[in-house]
Amino acid sequence: MTRLKDIAKACKSKNAGPFHITLDIMFDDPKLFDRVRATGVITPALIASLYRVPVESVLFTEYAPALAWKATLARRIASGAVGDTDVYGAQQHAPLLDIEVPL
Amino acid sequence: MAARHPMTEKTVRMMSASGILGYGFPESSLEAALARKPHMIGVDGGSSDPGPHYLGSGKTLNSRLAMKRDLSLLLRGAIRNGIPMMVGTCGGAGGEPHLQACADIIREVAREHGLDFKMALIHAEQDKGFLLEQLEAGKVRALGNAPPLRPQDIAGAERIVGMMGPEPYREALAAGAQVILGGRGTDPAPWVALAMHHGLPPAPAWYAGKMLECACNAAIPKKHDCLLVTVGEDFIEAEPLNPELRCTPMSVAVQALHENASPVIRYEPGGVVDSTKCRIEAVNDRVVRVSGMEWKPAAYSIKLEGARRVGFSAMAIAATRDPGLVGQIDSFLEFVRGSTATKVGALDIAPEDYQLVLRVYGRDGVMGAWEPSRESQPVELAIIAEVVATTQEIANAALSLARVTLLHSDFPGRMCREGNMAFPFSPSDIERGAIYEFMLQHVIETEDPLHMFPIEYEQVRGSA
Repeated sequence: MTRLKDIAKACKSKNAGPFHITLDIMFDDPKLFDRVRATGVITPALIASLYRVPVESVLFTEYAPALAWKATLARRIASGAVGDTDVYGAQQHAPLLDIEVPL
Repeated sequence: MAARHPMTEKTVRMMSASGILGYGFPESSLEAALARKPHMIGVDGGSSDPGPHYLGSGKTLNSRLAMKRDLSLLLRGAIRNGIPMMVGTCGGAGGEPHLQACADIIREVAREHGLDFKMALIHAEQDKGFLLEQLEAGKVRALGNAPPLRPQDIAGAERIVGMMGPEPYREALAAGAQVILGGRGTDPAPWVALAMHHGLPPAPAWYAGKMLECACNAAIPKKHDCLLVTVGEDFIEAEPLNPELRCTPMSVAVQALHENASPVIRYEPGGVVDSTKCRIEAVNDRVVRVSGMEWKPAAYSIKLEGARRVGFSAMAIAATRDPGLVGQIDSFLEFVRGSTATKVGALDIAPEDYQLVLRVYGRDGVMGAWEPSRESQPVELAIIAEVVATTQEIANAALSLARVTLLHSDFPGRMCREGNMAFPFSPSDIERGAIYEFMLQHVIETEDPLHMFPIEYEQVRGSA
């Protein structure tokens, strides 16, 4: 099975303000983006299950101009608060890499 | 490719030097910008990204030396060309000490180079009494799922800033200030103000501001470098000033994803920037035109950002290479927690006066509870032991006991009784001082975009 890390241009995470983390999945080939979109794999429900959060808490946008999907989640712990492990939120992307895409 | 806009109608050219003041930029890119006769040059000075320390402590994010290097080039370039120079969210967090740190550098550069100009300082730090009045009057609204703000939250804050819109910058431009330093603001504010000052409408002005606030983040390959944006009545054009960089429709679209919750909807103080219907087209192989952006006015509100002190911290780095210990790290750390608590209690330190936080690198040190993979056993684990306490003395004392307990506790099958942990440093324990956390997800509803942001004018006479 093809995994996202083998076909995507970028899978990344970053703070969107101190209380949220935003995840981006990006392609650079419009045809490939359309094929992945056609599989219907990348959904709010998938992101919710990967990060074990309620699906209604995921702000999810498909953004075709950048050949991208974006999902924004509330952080477990606010940026830099006691117990936080990632102040910039830049290393929370790994679960995206192994998403299986039935191309 | 799109036909190049004839530029016969009114257009405004604006430059952003780099992502954050003090990150540096090539001097040749600034010169290339000035050769294009821009209407202003500017730079964003801040972000909440590096965490709550800067807003809480009053320290600047980047060093004085790095900020001075950037400000000196920008100030001299602006004065020589008779155009405004604007800096948003000075010093990283945009509080009063951060604004004053940048003003101090500007005065010093003016003296060193004999420059004269009118400077505006726009203050963004908020008075607690004013905030309490606003809370009392029902003007403070929680965003999303945030809890309602209470008076004790305001009283307990170390520092609270408001995020200004473009209006205070417009006011300072109208008053003839050439150098404008702002406290905390929404990142696009200086550029939005300049474009609207020249009569351009809010939609392209806001889109341009969003492009410019991260400078060449909108270009490839990614570098800290200068970006030029031309704004017209209903479009913007983005172009990197370093010939090695390019803006492509893709690189510009990607910037829309950056640090926003949504790529198409962006909430700002007096409305919403909606880029759902944007067209993003190549003008040539390194210039991109965006059109079709919309500005949807909404009730005016000012977002608040605050930091409170949560205590004092001390930390130590330790690591184990023992396969027996790596294989039973969870039960071992449970034992360490219990044993440490007993020893700390013997010092008459109350359990509520400190907290032991153990981060285990090699297991889930990066993702914590979000870590999906827990099966494989690594060859070694690093542990960062941290104590957060009501005083530095308690943090140091409890950390010292936690460190000894990590080093010298038994576990089943222990083969090396000399010590369980490798410490890379002596001393192993590091004081971190006061630590802070972000505490506000609230806005103040107001009809006046200016009154929370007093503007102070100063005639700087560096030639005198």
